[in-house]
Amino acid sequence: MNLTLKVWRQKHKEDQGLMVTYEAKDINSHMSFLEMLDVVNEDLIKKGEEPIAFDHDCREGICGACSLMINGVPHGSEKGITACQLHMRHFKDGDVIYIEPWRARAFPVIKDLIVDRSAFDRIIQSGGFVSATTGGVPDANAIPIAKPDSDSAMDAAACIGCGACVAACPNASAMLFVGAKVSQLALLPQGKIEREQRVLNMVRTMDEENFGNCTNHFECEAACPKEISVQYIAQMNREYLRAAAKQ
Amino acid sequence: MTCVQKPSSIVKKAVMGLTGLVLFGFIVGHLIGNLLIYAGPEALNGYALTLRHLGELLWVARIVLLAAVGAHILTAMSLVRENRRARPTPYQFQDTIQTTYAARTMAVSGLVVLAYIIYHLLHFTFRVTNPHLSHLTDANGHHDVYRMVVFSFQNPWICASYIFALTLLCMHLNHGLASAAQSLGANNQKWEPRFKKAGCIISLIIYLGYISIPIAIYTGIIKAVPGGHL
Repeated sequence: MNLTLKVWRQKHKEDQGLMVTYEAKDINSHMSFLEMLDVVNEDLIKKGEEPIAFDHDCREGICGACSLMINGVPHGSEKGITACQLHMRHFKDGDVIYIEPWRARAFPVIKDLIVDRSAFDRIIQSGGFVSATTGGVPDANAIPIAKPDSDSAMDAAACIGCGACVAACPNASAMLFVGAKVSQLALLPQGKIEREQRVLNMVRTMDEENFGNCTNHFECEAACPKEISVQYIAQMNREYLRAAAKQ
Repeated sequence: MTCVQKPSSIVKKAVMGLTGLVLFGFIVGHLIGNLLIYAGPEALNGYALTLRHLGELLWVARIVLLAAVGAHILTAMSLVRENRRARPTPYQFQDTIQTTYAARTMAVSGLVVLAYIIYHLLHFTFRVTNPHLSHLTDANGHHDVYRMVVFSFQNPWICASYIFALTLLCMHLNHGLASAAQSLGANNQKWEPRFKKAGCIISLIIYLGYISIPIAIYTGIIKAVPGGHL
C-alpha cells in the first residue's frame, strides 16, 4: 500500500519545527507502524536526508518507549496497544497519516518525534518506591494479601510509563500515571507504610513539573495501551485527601 | 500544611467537586420551590413569604451559596489557566476518543450560566429588568410571585433564554455530578458507570422539571388567574 505521512520534524529542542509530508511507498500490510517508519527512513537515508527520529526499544509492547501521536490518538486508534504493536493492515491504501510527538509542557520535544519524559522519572524519584528493606523474595502466601487487592495492584502495575495518558489528556495531566503508581504501592503491605508521604510527594512533584489538572475527560483511560482504569485516579484522590487532612 | 501552601491539583479538584455539590443542592431546592407554581398562587406566594421570613437563616444560606460560587469560579479560572499552559503547542490533527461535548465545554457553559444567573437575579430577585411585572401584590397584600412568573414567561424571549440557559446548566451538571464523585475519590470500577448514569438521569430530571414551568406558562397550561382566561 501507498500512504502519505505528515510528520513533525524538529531539528533540536529550540528549533521551531514543522509538519513535513512524505510518501510511504510499497508498504506491506503485515508491517508494524514502526517498521513502516523504518522503511521510510531507509529511503530518506538513501536520498541523503536526515531520517525521522522516533523513540522505540522492545517493539513488543512492554517497554513504553514508543510515543507517537497517530492521527490525534496516542499509539493510534486501535485499543490497548502501543504504536509498535499497531499493524499497517489497520490502514487503507492512500490514507493520509499525521504523526506528531506527545504534546505537553512537561514533555519538551528533543528531536522530531522524541520527547523528554524525564518528568515521569522525577515523579517516581519523589516517592514511587518502597524504601524499607524487604529482604529476598518472600515465599508464596507468606504475607496474606486479599485477592481483589493483589489483582488491583497488578492492574495498576501494568503501567509502562509511556506517557500516552498525558498526550491524550486535553489538559496534559499526568494523573493516570501517578494514580497507577500511587495505588499500586498503597494496595500492597510493603508499600502501605509510606503511603501518605508518598502520595503527597508524588503529587507535589507532578504539579511542579507543570502537568495540567484532571478535568475528568477520561481520555487517558481510553488511550492507555495497558487500559489502566481512571478508578486509580479516584483512588489517588482518596489517598491524597486523607493524607493531606492528617497533616 | 500542604493546603496552606499553593493548593495542589487534587485539592483544587476537590474544591470544584465540593462547591459544585453545594450549588447542586441549591438547584434541587430551588426546583422544588419553583414546582409549587403547579399548586397555585397561594402555595407559591406563601412559600416565597416563608423564605423571606427566614431572616438570619436566609442570610446564612446566601453567604454559603455566594462563597461556593466564588470558590467554584476562582478555582475553575486557575484550573483553566494551568491547563492551557500545560500544552503550549496544540496538535495539528486533533481528535478525541471518549470525552463528551459537555466535558469539553464546561468553562463556556459555566460562564453563560453565570451571566444568565446575574440577569435572572436582576429579573426575579432585585426586580429591575421587568418592573411592571414584578411589583404586583396578591389579595393578601404580599408580593405576587405567581403572577410575576406567569407574566414574565408569557414573553417568548424570556421563555427561550431561560430554556437555553437551563440547557447549558444541565449539560454542566451532567459532567459535573459524575466528576464530583471522581474528584472527591468516591469512584471505583464498579461505581464509575453508575455515577455517570446517575449524573445523566439526575440532570435530565432537573432539566425537565425546570423547563416544564416556562413551557406550561407559554402554552397556557398555567394561567395568571387559575381557571381564568389570561
